[in-house]
Amino acid sequence: MNEKPQTLSVVVERDFAHPPEKVWRALTQPHLIEEWLMKNDFRPQVGHRFNLRGEWGGVLACEVRQIEPHESLTYSWNFAHEDPAYDLASTVTFTLTRTATGTHLRMEQTGFRPDQKQAYGGAKVGWRQFLARLDELLAKVE
Amino acid sequence: MNERTDAIFSALADPTRRAIFERLSRAGEQNVRVLTEQAGISQPAVSKHLGVLKAAGLVADRRDGRQTHYRARPRALAPLVDWTSEMAGFWESRFDDLEDLLKRMDQ
Repeated sequence: MNEKPQTLSVVVERDFAHPPEKVWRALTQPHLIEEWLMKNDFRPQVGHRFNLRGEWGGVLACEVRQIEPHESLTYSWNFAHEDPAYDLASTVTFTLTRTATGTHLRMEQTGFRPDQKQAYGGAKVGWRQFLARLDELLAKVE
Repeated sequence: MNERTDAIFSALADPTRRAIFERLSRAGEQNVRVLTEQAGISQPAVSKHLGVLKAAGLVADRRDGRQTHYRARPRALAPLVDWTSEMAGFWESRFDDLEDLLKRMDQ
C-alpha cells in the first residue's frame, strides 16, 4: 500500500451539566475512574503505565500518552493475549470543551488498521467477550 | 473472526479498490468500461480489483451481452458497522455511569 493505512475509530460524545474541572477529576482520579470505568492504577503523568482491570478478569495494558489538564487526555488501550489473533491495540482520547451548561466530552478510540486483520479480529472477539461479561455483571447488580 | 471479514478488510485495504467501491456505492451500477475510464488504470487491472471485491462480497456482477455490470453491496460492510456499534455501545454505557458519578460528586 502506498498511502497511509486507514484506521477504524469510534467517537462517542455527550454533554454533562458539570464543569470541565469536575469531569477531569472523574477521568483522572483512580477511585473515581473505578466508579464509572474499571479498577485501575492510573496516574496523570505522561509515560505512566497502568492497567484497567475489568470485573470479568480481563486486564487492559495502558500508557498515558498526552495530558492537557481540564482539556484532553490520551492513553493507549491494549488487550494482550497469548494468541496474536486476540491481541488488541488502540488509543483512547478524551477531549473536554467548556460549554454554557457544563462540559462537552468527546471520546475517540482509534486503531485497528484494516490491513491488521488479526488485530481487528482480536478487538472484535475481545469486545464481544467484554460486553457479554458486562451484561452479566449489570444483570447481577440489578 | 471469519474468513469473510478477513476478505473485506484485505479488499478495502487497497486504495484503488476502496475508490472503485465508493464510486459504485455513490453512482450505482456501472460497467467495466466506464469504471476503467474513471480509474486511470488498465481494464485488466480494474477487472482484477473487481474480482477481489466480488470475492469479499462487496460487489455483485451481472452479465449483459458482452458487458459486465457491477454494483456495490453496502450490506457486506456489516462486520465493520457491528464493531463500531459495539464499541459505541460500550462507551455510551460507561458515560451513563460517569453521569451518575458526577451527580454523586456534588453531594
